[in-house]
Amino acid sequence: MNYSVFIRGVVVTTEKNIKIYYNKAPVIIFGLLFPLFLFFAFYIGRKIDMSIFFPGFLAMVLFFAASSVGPLITPWEKQAGTYERLLSYPVSINTIILGDVVAGSIFGLIITSIAIVVSAIFLNIVITSITLLLIAIILGTLCFASFGVLLGSPSAHSPSHIMMFSSLVRFPLIFISGIFIPLPELSGSGKLLSYISPLTYLVDIFHASLNGTSFFPLTIDLLVLIVFTCSFLLIASLFHKRNMRKGI
Amino acid sequence: MFAIQVKNIKKTFENIIAVDNVNFNVEKGEIFGFLGPNGAGKTTVIRLLTGILMPDFGNVFIEGIDLVKNPIKAKMMMGVIPEIGNVYADLTAKQNLYLAGKYYGLSKNTLEEKSEELLSTLGIYERRNDPVRTFSKGMKQRVSIACAIIHDPHILFLDEPTEGLDVQSRRLVIETIKHLNGKGSTIFLTTHNIEEANKLCQRVCIINKGKIVAIDKPEILKSTFEKTKSIEISFDQKINRNLFVSDFISKIDLYGDKWRLYTKDLDKTIKHVVTLAQKNDLKIISMKTYGPSLEEVFVRLTEVDR
Repeated sequence: MNYSVFIRGVVVTTEKNIKIYYNKAPVIIFGLLFPLFLFFAFYIGRKIDMSIFFPGFLAMVLFFAASSVGPLITPWEKQAGTYERLLSYPVSINTIILGDVVAGSIFGLIITSIAIVVSAIFLNIVITSITLLLIAIILGTLCFASFGVLLGSPSAHSPSHIMMFSSLVRFPLIFISGIFIPLPELSGSGKLLSYISPLTYLVDIFHASLNGTSFFPLTIDLLVLIVFTCSFLLIASLFHKRNMRKGI
Repeated sequence: MFAIQVKNIKKTFENIIAVDNVNFNVEKGEIFGFLGPNGAGKTTVIRLLTGILMPDFGNVFIEGIDLVKNPIKAKMMMGVIPEIGNVYADLTAKQNLYLAGKYYGLSKNTLEEKSEELLSTLGIYERRNDPVRTFSKGMKQRVSIACAIIHDPHILFLDEPTEGLDVQSRRLVIETIKHLNGKGSTIFLTTHNIEEANKLCQRVCIINKGKIVAIDKPEILKSTFEKTKSIEISFDQKINRNLFVSDFISKIDLYGDKWRLYTKDLDKTIKHVVTLAQKNDLKIISMKTYGPSLEEVFVRLTEVDR
């Protein structure tokens, strides 16, 4: 494989996605307003311990931002007839997938960073380990942008179908990932369910980087997120290749 | 070495054989037409030749490069104007060209130079900074062509390039095809417009139900398949159909003020018509001779299996 051509393809696809799908006023406004509404919904009028609430809130912001547009890119392109053109350029399916993932990660990174800066100023959030927080954000955005791209991979030409499917999968995840009920307080099937959600491990790393304590060993958290990211990418690639065999 | 070499390609979509053991070669610098009725497998073949789809069996070589084994290298050689290959509507014409050029690894200076040149040549320079969504179908097709040729491809694939275009845009597309071919590019085009294929292509291939049914120069196909020729003639006054009747005229039709006489012996028919005009004191306004048309060949060949 020619790596320079591969990397060039990823960079150009990322640039294209940001320009066409992310750099839009409604997307940016929604990306910023969504965390704000989430915050108001869960914080205002309640006596919530910020140290317990904030890591989960931050994970939700990152999760929704990084996986918001990714599921829709391929169906949008198929509907507009630009996907065939894209495939005719000197790129592989993996180039296109990675370009979609990097664009989603950058968007997630920006929205999450704004949420952290605003929270640090107005809510006096203390960060125990900036390095760990940065690693968590980068890994988290890559993981959930990959998850978003995977959600858009099954052969569907209608963005509305994918949007419904994506919401159906994404929303339940926030209830099983130790966001509203901390992991140590979960028991039985709730605990077992939380183990299969990648969001659980991100929440745990955020707890470690903000409060200095985590439920799982950090190595496990990081490793699980890496395994989830690779699995999402691999399955997305298999789906896209299957679609190509079936006729785009 | 051939520009395109297709060896035994086969493609099935869930038990439906879309392309069945197709073989052909396209010479360098050739304009090669690919004809077939709807659903014959034209678009599937062009997708298989451009790496958009992969064949179940067989090989495709682009200037000697195996498309299945080395798709990126092969794709660098080609420019593709897909059937539904729309450009990005939210980007401007110039941004679309830049995007295409970047995928082919063109430098900033080359991009600037080539995009200016193509936008001017294709008559969209004035609208270069407008979003493509505000363009007409013909203008969008011009942007699509510009995106496909920004890297000076050795081979250009066009899937129904003039479908649904106005006369001006159609002429511009044809001129661009001729111009690129003149510069040495190989052209592979699918079209429904048989007359267009007849005029443009050095060789045509006719596909039906996923199989190649004929492949040759248009003139050879026409002469081998159909022996009937015709004369179209008009006179300064109305005449009776019975005047034309003779052994060597097989069919007589009237189109407006023109008579169409179908014959196997063109020479005898011309002499017959001229004598007839002299005897009856008729003035011949116009007279044209026609060979068998590629359309007739196409209809005959694709009719067989229906």
